[in-house]
This record gives sequence, C-alpha cells and structure tokens, in this order.
Amino acid sequence: MLFGGRKKKGVENPQTELYGHCLQLYTQPPLENISLVEFEQFAVDRMKLLKTVENLGVTHIKTSEDYSKKLHAEISSLNFPHRTEVSTFIVPAVASEYEKRRKDHISHFILRLAYCQTEDLRRWFIQQEMDLFRHRFNDLSPKSKSDFLHRNSLQYETISVEEKKSLMEKLINSSYAFSGCTVEEQDFYKVPFQDALDLVRMRKVFVKDGFAYVPHQDIVTIVLNDYRTRLSKALALTARSLPVVQSDERLQPLLSHLSHAYVGQDYSIQKNIGKISLEQIDSLSTKSFPPCMRQLHKALRDSHHLRHGGRMQYGLFLKGIGLTLDQALQFWRAEFLRGKVDADKFDKAYAYSIRHMFGKEGKRTDYTPYSCMKVILSNPPSQGDHHGCPFRHSDPELLKQKLQSYKISSGGINQILELVKGMHYQLACQKYFELTHSIDDAGFSLNHPNQYFSESQKLLTGGKEVKRELDSPRRPHAAAGSENSKAPPETPSSSNRVPQEVMDDLDSFFQEE
Amino acid sequence: MAPVAEYEAACLPELLPLYYRRLFPFSQYHRWLSYGGVTKNYFQNREFSFTLKDDIYVRYQSFSNQNELEKEIQKMNPYKIDIGAVYSHRPNQHNTVKSGTFQALEKELVFDIDMTDYDDVRRCCSSADICTKCWILMTIAIRIIDRALREDFGFRHLLWVYSGRRGVHCWVCDEAARKLSVAARSAVAEYLTLVKGGEETVKKVQLSDPVHPFIKESLAVVRRYFTDYALVGQDIMGSKESMDKVVALVPDEIRKDLVAALQAEKNPTKRWEKLKVIVQQKQASSKKSYYTEEEIMLQYCYPRLDVNVSKGVNHLLKSPFSVHPKTGRISVPIDLRELGQFNPFDVPTISLICKELDRPRTAEEEEASVRERDPDGGEQRKVRDYKRTSLAKYVKLFDQFVEEMERSRKGELLRRTDLQKDF
Repeated sequence: MLFGGRKKKGVENPQTELYGHCLQLYTQPPLENISLVEFEQFAVDRMKLLKTVENLGVTHIKTSEDYSKKLHAEISSLNFPHRTEVSTFIVPAVASEYEKRRKDHISHFILRLAYCQTEDLRRWFIQQEMDLFRHRFNDLSPKSKSDFLHRNSLQYETISVEEKKSLMEKLINSSYAFSGCTVEEQDFYKVPFQDALDLVRMRKVFVKDGFAYVPHQDIVTIVLNDYRTRLSKALALTARSLPVVQSDERLQPLLSHLSHAYVGQDYSIQKNIGKISLEQIDSLSTKSFPPCMRQLHKALRDSHHLRHGGRMQYGLFLKGIGLTLDQALQFWRAEFLRGKVDADKFDKAYAYSIRHMFGKEGKRTDYTPYSCMKVILSNPPSQGDHHGCPFRHSDPELLKQKLQSYKISSGGINQILELVKGMHYQLACQKYFELTHSIDDAGFSLNHPNQYFSESQKLLTGGKEVKRELDSPRRPHAAAGSENSKAPPETPSSSNRVPQEVMDDLDSFFQEE
Repeated sequence: MAPVAEYEAACLPELLPLYYRRLFPFSQYHRWLSYGGVTKNYFQNREFSFTLKDDIYVRYQSFSNQNELEKEIQKMNPYKIDIGAVYSHRPNQHNTVKSGTFQALEKELVFDIDMTDYDDVRRCCSSADICTKCWILMTIAIRIIDRALREDFGFRHLLWVYSGRRGVHCWVCDEAARKLSVAARSAVAEYLTLVKGGEETVKKVQLSDPVHPFIKESLAVVRRYFTDYALVGQDIMGSKESMDKVVALVPDEIRKDLVAALQAEKNPTKRWEKLKVIVQQKQASSKKSYYTEEEIMLQYCYPRLDVNVSKGVNHLLKSPFSVHPKTGRISVPIDLRELGQFNPFDVPTISLICKELDRPRTAEEEEASVRERDPDGGEQRKVRDYKRTSLAKYVKLFDQFVEEMERSRKGELLRRTDLQKDF
C-alpha cells in the first residue's frame, strides 16, 4: 500500500485515466500525496456514506425507489460521484466532478486500511461497499454501463438464439417479471455458477450443468460478484502489509478509531459485569429483554434446552448484560440439568462452549453479542430452533398471538405488523419498546438487543444517566453509545500525536468509545 | 440370511480393534482422499479427528501416508472418525505455524440430512428414532438433491453415505466442488433449501410466480412418493390432530370452506382430493396464484438440509466406514441404483461383521484365499477378510466410486494434453 502522509512531492496526477468513469473497481491504489486533514475528511465522509448504506439497507427494500432516492441524496451531499454522463475519455469536463471521483477513489482505499484487520470488519466493509456499488451501477444509463464493462474488460459469453429458444420456458421461469418476449429481446450470458452466486442463492437464474444463464438486466450481479472477489482478496493482501502502515503513528490511531466505529457499540465491554443476579433474570426477561431474548429465555425455561444457534444468541446477550462466566455456567447448567442432560454430559458437551463464548477456550476470542443485523440476516432458525428475530422469523399470525400474550394493545399490534410487512424489523422492535415502556418516542435507533436492554433499564431505573438529544437525524447511531459518550476515548489514541480536534471530530460522529 | 448379532455399546472397545485391524478398507479410503496425488500434500494436509472413549475429542490429526493412518487408527481405536478440510499446513503441526496462516483450503462439498429435522412432519417416530416408514423421506431427499447436484450444478462424483443412525450424508468429490469458496457453498445450499423457519414459523414453504425449474423438478419427485408416503404411510389426513396441521398451512380465505369439506369426508385420500379441488376453485376466481397443494407437499416431504454443515470449508463430517457408537452400524455408501430397496436396518453392525469373521470359511473362499496368497500378504489378508462379511458389497461400491473418479481424472488429463497438442 502506498499510503503515507507526505512522501516525495510532485507527479501531477497520473490517474486521469483512472477517473475516466464515475464508477470504478478500485484496482489501482492512489499514488499522490495527501494531507492528514484530507485523509481524515475523506475517511469520515466515506464512513458516513457506508453507515447510511447500512441503515437504509435495514429500513428499506434495496430495490425500492425510496432507497435509491435517499442514497442518491446522501451521495450528493457528501460530494461523492454518481451518475454523470461525462464519462467520455480524458479529463472529466467539470473540475468538481474530478474531485468527487478522486475522493471516491482515495477514501475507498483509506477504509480498506481500517477495515482489513478482522474477519468481521472485512465482512461489514465488503457488504456496504457492495450495496453502494450496486446502487451506483444500477443508476447508470445503459450506455454508461456498457462503457464501464468495456473499460474494465468485463466481457461475458452470450448464448445463441437457438440455445435460447430451446431453453425458453426454463429461462422465463427462472427470472422474475419476465415474459417470453422480453426473454427473446434480452441477451443471456452463460457464466460459471460461481460468478453469479447471489442469483443462484435466490434461485433467480436458470442453472444447468454448472452454468448460470444470466439475463442482461441482472448483469450487475456478475459484476458485483467479480468486485467482491477482488475486494476480499485485496483486503487480505492489505492486512498483510498493514504493520507497515500501523508503524506510522500519525495514521495508526485514526485507522483504529475508524475501524472501531463500524456498528456502533459492540457491547462486549461489560461495564455492568456482576451487577445482575441469576434470580433477576426471569423478571428482567419480561421487563427489559427484547422479544428475541424473551422468546429464547422462555423456550429455555420450558424445554430446559436450546440448540446451538439459540445458545449463542442468548448466551452472548446474557454475557453482554453482565453475567460473569461463573454465573453463566451456573445458569445454563441448572437449566439443562432440569431437562434430559445429566451433569456429566453438561460438563463435557456444553460447558466448553460457554467458556468458549467468554474467550476461555479455543481461539480465545472474546465473542461479542449479536447485533440486530446479525440476528436478522445470518443463520436463520430451522426446525427446533428458537433463535432469530421474532419480527423477521415468525409467521405474522403467531407474532400477533405472541404480542397479544405480551399484552400489547390491538392498535399497537397493528402498527407493529405493518412495520413487519414493510420489512422494518428493527423499527417494529423499537415500536414494541415504546409500547411496552409507555413512551411516545424511544429517542434512539435500535440496532442491538443489548442496547434495547440498557435503554430499558435506563428508563425503568429512573434514568440516572442523562438522556442525550439526537443532534441530527442523520446520526441514528449517536444514541447507541450515549451512555458512555461523555467518557474520554480509551482507544490507543492516548498515545498518539494526531491533533486532538481530529479525534474530537471523529468522536462526535462515532460516539462509541 | 446372515447370522444375527445384537449390538451392544458395551462391546465396542472389544470390537473396534478387530474392525480396524481386519475390516476397515484403508486402501480404498486412502486412494479416495489422495485424489490421484495430483495436488501436493493433499492427503497429508487433511484433517481427521477422532472421538475416543468417554467422548474425548481429538482434533487436527493428520498422516503422511496410508501406513501411518492405519497404524494410528489401530492404536487409538476411535469410536468415531470425522473428516475435515485440506489445510495449508499439516494439521498435526497447526500449533507450530504462525496463527492466521493455518487455513482450510479445500474440502468436498458436503450435505447432511438428519431425520430429527423432520420432527414436525412425521408421525411415526421422533428425534433419533427412525423406521422404514419415515426413511422414505431420506429416499426423497437423496433423489432430489442428487438430481440437482448433477443436472443443475454439473457435479459427477457424488458419494451418498448412510450416517449410521438417522440420516444420510453426501460427499461431492469433483475437483470443482472441493475448491468452492464458502460463499459458493452457502449459495448452493441455499439454492437447495425450500423449507425455512424454526419453531416460530408454521408455514415453512412459500412459492411465488414463476416457479423455478429446480422447484418443478423437485416437485415431480415429491409427487411420486406423496400419496404412498404422506397420505397412506403417515396418514396425515387421518386424524383431527394431524389434519389441523395441514389446515394451518392453507390460506385464511380458503380455510373455512376446507374445514367444512374435510369434516364431510372420511377417507384420507379423498380428503386430500377435496383440498385440491377447493384450492382450484379458489384459483379460478382469483388473480393471485395459489400453490397451496405444492407448498404442503414440499413442507411434508422436501429435504431439510443442515446448511451450516455445507457452508463451512472447515466443518467436520463423520467419515464413511466409521462406526456409529450408539447403533453399532457402519456408515456405508448407498447404492443409488438400488435406492428404493435401501433399508437402514439391513446395514451391518460392527458386531455382525466381526462375528462373520469367525465363521468357518467355505470351500470357495478357501480356494480364493489360496490363489491370492502371496509372500508379503498383509494387504491381501485384509482384502479376503472383509469379503467374507456383509461389509463386502459396500466396500465394493466404494471401490467402484473411487475407480470411476480415477478414470474420469485420467480422461480429463488426456483431454487436456490433447488440447495442448492442438495449439
């Protein structure tokens, strides 16, 4: 990686060619010198953009008009490039457009540095970059799209008219919103199925003999697949050369600060540790647990068992609210022994995994409690499972019954079900929070079960901690870390030489330290 | 009929040494996992893990060659053997390499289908129990998944194995399959998944227009079995209780009519016909597509994969020819040409095949053994031994599978050299 604040001077932009299109695959790292101020500004802006991408992805359907409108607005306001027709060769007509593309380029590479370090960070970064790219690509005109493919030498083999005819019915049935005549008009690309995984996964493409037959309208998927592969390889490479960058004491604190910011607070730091007794859990589960954890707790009490997915989701949550390892062992042991598991089996088969959760076994990773995103998107429950998000993974009818049993008013239930219908699961949960705590506006944006718990406790125990006002609607995560936002940053920043105002700037945005 | 030998878990420590010394097909096993020795250290970097007495679990075992594998297994006598990934380094040295560099590189694409995952739709048994009635679910699962892996994904070398207790495993051994990324594995697994949802979901299959060719093909398989399996065997329209479960899967606007119609009819098969008719009537007067019949059939019969097993490159899966410690049955390959006749209760137990070894040889066997005898006869002896037991046909099947793979690999090599000549 060729990042350094001030290296040798000169070389007026060898990158003009690189900025010939408003969209790029970031194959070449930037080579120019930039100031620390710019470095930081770019990084923070892209960070904001990616956060917006993440938030919109949760609250909106990614293909909806609303989603793309809002994302478009954010891209404009942060001065990143989007759809421009000035993509014909050499210098983009407008100077400001050049600046935008430069910013897009450089900021992407800065965040690579910050997000290459762990599997989790990489996954998050790739996911947001993918969504951003998809939006920007879809936004292009057809001409601009083919120009982009051409520039990046992305050529795919189309199938012949005869082949298309012979597969007609299957092609029609493999894609949404297709009639025979649109199939006839469109080009189909025959690519190894590995190149169109997102379509294969959703069964939105015809697959035969190891090949996916991708209609032209879905070509973005192949491009994204390609981009994802490149990016994840690049991140792995970056991670290897990271020690060099980290030895630069101007950049190191900035980068680590950036990477800490990605999902708000991760709730792995247990400030409340030991403040909860096992006897309290039953009553807390009805008062202050989010529905997903309440459901798990009930299932555990009823059947004296939880399967792996449930143990992870619930176990880490309990750890996050302050159970110590000893308490956790005692808690799970007592419950499991009431069921079919005997003490010997528990010690052999389950105790290990609980110690593992607390980072006392195996890789010794101190696992962090699952965020809402993780609960909603990964490892969906299957037969025998009680984990997942009740708003996402329940039949509406069952959800309704459950909410009734939780004594939610029928008006409230309808509001929640409406949100669920629109796939706004976190908002539905937040509505549930408001209804069960009898407040009009929760005043925070829910993105973590442990956040639900701490916010609930704050309200119920009389709000000893001052509730912060949200300073702007575009900072939905601000409140997530409100309880400790007043504390001085405890990151390695104490030993850095970055001007304090830089860190303050970052702090005011991220708020999580 | 072979002599019946009841298996008792307590005998396992006595039987295992005999099994690993005289019966386990090490030669084919090693040939399988070496894949022609094309990739350097492919066998050497493979993880094995053993479960020993008292559930002691030993991970990251690896071996330089067949002899070493044989010696170690005969020394440890594992209750269960699992196979993991091919790593960047020898797994038994994983502690000596820098953390982060020890990585799982390749593994067969595997599928694990377990009968416990069908507990909400089978009435004959629950949890670890199985019977010939519900085993049909496994037959359906194999037919559907096998077809899709071959025809849709183009894989050729699929080894289906009975797990020894309540399920089946599939090992997709094609080179392309072994090299798949985690993302690709999960995409394939999700493509193959139709039944979704846990305890909080009643209706677990939702179809929408258009119905993907893969689902159509799968439905065709389910249809072949549905009447005999679900309507007759499981009698899902037989009692009020079981019918309620079916009715719960029907859209609200149809439910009332359906309940009335079902009460008027007593014959289970006709009840199902009634359901179809009512859905069709509704369909005729509606723009919306109703796939109620199909969705119910799929929810009751469609294979339920343990997706997490398929996703991970480093996930371990019980090895073929390992013993199931609870049932004593050997994890044997399943012959798809005779899939309909496969009966898990006919699969030999370790007690049975060890007992079979004690039988006096027949004249025929004696003759064969004389012919095969040669000076350094260790290997030969073993060959003769398993042939005298009911394990023979399964080893033969395994042998054919490995051979077929070797043949196609040679063919592929020839094709490549031919191509090079063209240039």
